[in-house]
Amino acid sequence: MKGTVLRSGRGTGEQAGSGIATLPGGLGTLPGGLGDSPDRPDGVQKVRGEFAFASDLWMDAMLWGKTLRSPHVAARVRAIDTSRAVAMPGVRAVLTAADVPGRPTFGLEVPDQPVFASDIVRYHGEPVAAVAADHPELARRAALAIEVDYEPMDAQCDPEAALHAPPIHPDGNLFRHLVIRHGDPSARGDVVVEGSYAVGMQDQAFLGPEAGLAVPGDDGGVDLYVATQWLHVDRAQIAASLGLPVERVRLYLAGVGGAFGGREDVSLQIHLCMLALRTGRPVKMVYARDESFFGHVHRHPARLWYRHHASRSGELVKVEARVVVDGGAYLSSSNAVISNAACFAPGPYRVPNALIDGYAVRTNNPPCGAMRGFGAVQVCFGHEAQMDKLAAALGMDPIELRRRNALTRGDRLVTGQVLTGAVPVREVIDAAVAHPLPPVPAPDAPMLARPGGAGATADASHVRRGVGFAVSFKNIAYSEGFDDYSSARLRLEAGLDGEPTATVTVATAEVGQGFVTLAQQIVRDELGVRRVVLAPASTVDVGSAGSSSASRQTWMSGGALQLACAVLRQELFGRAAELWECGSSQCTSTGSSVRRGDTGERLGIAELLARGPLETEQELHHRPTKALDPDGQGDAHLSFMFAAHRAVVDVDAELGLVRVVQMATGQDVGKALHPLQVQGQIEGGIAQGVGLAVMEEIVLTDGRVRNPSFTDYLLPTILDMPDVVASLVEEPEPGAPYGAKGVGEPPAISSGPAVLAAVRAATGLDLCRAPLRPEDICLGGHPA
Amino acid sequence: MPPEPAVIADRYELSVNATMRVVEDAWIGETLLFVLRERLGLPGAKNACEQGECGSCSVLLDGVVVCACLVLAVDAVGSEIQTVEGLSASGDAADIQAALVRGGGVQCGFCTPGFVVAIYDLLRRNPDADEMAVREALSGNLCRCTGYGRILDAVRAVQRARAS
Repeated sequence: MKGTVLRSGRGTGEQAGSGIATLPGGLGTLPGGLGDSPDRPDGVQKVRGEFAFASDLWMDAMLWGKTLRSPHVAARVRAIDTSRAVAMPGVRAVLTAADVPGRPTFGLEVPDQPVFASDIVRYHGEPVAAVAADHPELARRAALAIEVDYEPMDAQCDPEAALHAPPIHPDGNLFRHLVIRHGDPSARGDVVVEGSYAVGMQDQAFLGPEAGLAVPGDDGGVDLYVATQWLHVDRAQIAASLGLPVERVRLYLAGVGGAFGGREDVSLQIHLCMLALRTGRPVKMVYARDESFFGHVHRHPARLWYRHHASRSGELVKVEARVVVDGGAYLSSSNAVISNAACFAPGPYRVPNALIDGYAVRTNNPPCGAMRGFGAVQVCFGHEAQMDKLAAALGMDPIELRRRNALTRGDRLVTGQVLTGAVPVREVIDAAVAHPLPPVPAPDAPMLARPGGAGATADASHVRRGVGFAVSFKNIAYSEGFDDYSSARLRLEAGLDGEPTATVTVATAEVGQGFVTLAQQIVRDELGVRRVVLAPASTVDVGSAGSSSASRQTWMSGGALQLACAVLRQELFGRAAELWECGSSQCTSTGSSVRRGDTGERLGIAELLARGPLETEQELHHRPTKALDPDGQGDAHLSFMFAAHRAVVDVDAELGLVRVVQMATGQDVGKALHPLQVQGQIEGGIAQGVGLAVMEEIVLTDGRVRNPSFTDYLLPTILDMPDVVASLVEEPEPGAPYGAKGVGEPPAISSGPAVLAAVRAATGLDLCRAPLRPEDICLGGHPA
Repeated sequence: MPPEPAVIADRYELSVNATMRVVEDAWIGETLLFVLRERLGLPGAKNACEQGECGSCSVLLDGVVVCACLVLAVDAVGSEIQTVEGLSASGDAADIQAALVRGGGVQCGFCTPGFVVAIYDLLRRNPDADEMAVREALSGNLCRCTGYGRILDAVRAVQRARAS
């Protein structure tokens, strides 16, 4: 096993962009290939402010769209009077549910969510109407001029109560109940620990708000430029609601300012297209930040109950768990989230017997869906707190307990699936622990380095340090039998200057993760072509790429592109063989030329392309997975990623203030194809995990969102962000293109639970709720 | 609530990146951010929160970093406005921009123009800023992708290169 150590943060004195790529240069022969860390192709545009994000789009004579949303959590809509809005000069369209030309609902999996609420609103902020006007301020005022007669109803905001309450929606309140029964459910251990835990609602808080520009087409269709994670699945939902064939709905990826799961569901897409089709003019819509909080799904809040059984020597005997996630008013991806939460509820440990109940429930809270870590994040807070409790009960070192029970290749998950890939759980634990601990702060350390920071509140003599540890795992790509695939089109031609030029066309959503860089690296390595151009992503020129989620695009779109390269390489061999009048099996690839085996002759790719361009489109489907049976058993997942995190915190327990000082991690990456981008994913994911642990929460009061702004929903700033020290564990994954696993989600999973463990260690309190609130600490713990 | 009468300014001029730009028939309530982005074709300043919390709309107003979302455009009449586009054209922030690209300080890039302006301002005022001073100076700029590590490294790289 090879480890790459990454360091960042204070006082390491390393050069930007150096001290990182400790791998030997690219796997291929060209610089900027796989294993190197070439610059992002969109980087220069982005630093110059020239990269066109969705909210930057502009057309002559375009209108501005605005959504009217429900101020009520639950209400009957008795009447909507749009006449005052319609009469306002400069208002070009006012649309409600009555104007939806096709299917009145949409949804990722099941279309259970109204495009506009017609008779009932089911959550605070549900869209009721939309307006297009000449100016955004006019559109805002017109939306306010729409008179909606609501009759407020009792809201059901508690997921446990909703399970037994009258249905909020015709589809009922239970989205999915998943049971996992494994081994002998009656087994008992010598030592038993039990606990209840809760996780609050986190927001993706991507900085680029939802935005798009819809342009009516000459054919009665529509062109939509939009920031999204999955163009083709948006298109299917839009076309259904517009009552148009899919080919008349054309989507183009506009610059995406972050996503993290929050752009997987449709937000403004259908409204925008309806406004453009109704007015016959281009319409732009940009959510303000408060509307963004209402306009996309969030991370599911969860309530967890666990009972762990172990032998006296510290072997896990059984895990019992009950997991309830609050899906909010509409389904979104709740069914897949609860599947992950249940499957990964025990954590990355060998558990011979298990009984796990997972519930995803409909309530009148805001809809919840995908966010980085997707179900694995919530349960990690529970299973890792349990491992610490168990270690304490056994009188055992908590890291040793985890090592002893760590999954390895050949082990079975509680779903019965045998692990056949790389399972370096012990290795990621050891790598995280191996990093030196940071020094204890000097008594005269700057105030900004203390808990409370600029608030200058913490007295240095009250600050206590704690260290905590957590381990996690999660699936890559889609599971439970979903036919998950990606498409890649590749064209190879001589440029105007004769230089071979590869054009990659994929519908893969570049959301910041750097797939655009990876695509160039793959083509450079596979074909020896230096100049690699990325065509715009759209639904027009290429098949679906699937979503930029589930840490899947390196494997799926990277793999599809690798296939396309292989096909064109064979075609180049065919051309060479024809010229040489030999069999193409004689041909091999040597950098940027083709070599004939028996004679050693060479033909440059440029020469071979003189006969015309080559083009192919390839699809990669990953190995089929299976549905879970009624006992939750089955080979439901493709592959798994593992990570360990160690957190060091300083706490002022009197004030309830926490400062995260250092995060150390070991992460299983398979193979680091772009070490600098991997480091960026690790640091960025840890920031989101730390945020969930100590500050990020959408606060609800009876379903009402209390903090839809960056003033009140806190994100980690550069002052809050700890040093990150990371080790990559590279054990190539069999069957994965280049042996690489996804890297985006694991940093966001066990990082938060490690922080909670560290605060528990610093305070001795039984803290069982994330995010931690000052009162949880200074009032001495809080029931889940 | 009845809409207030819309007050339209028939004409005002803004000095943006050392060029006088005319704004005509604009609603008086438009922010500098809106006018730059939607009327003057300068979308480099970004619209992430529009309430002064995220710093992605940072511009220099008479040499001082401000959130363009918190300044009314008509209040900027008579001031010199510098945007990321101006810094790019002049080359004044070229080393900062290059270090961010090379060092992995850019992911989705939505916060990036704001960081470029804030880092440019910091290093002009305090070229030898230590780690904590850098963090403090950049704490008004939110980034959701990078966790700030590579941004900090890029600042250090620029400081070292300028010092040598």
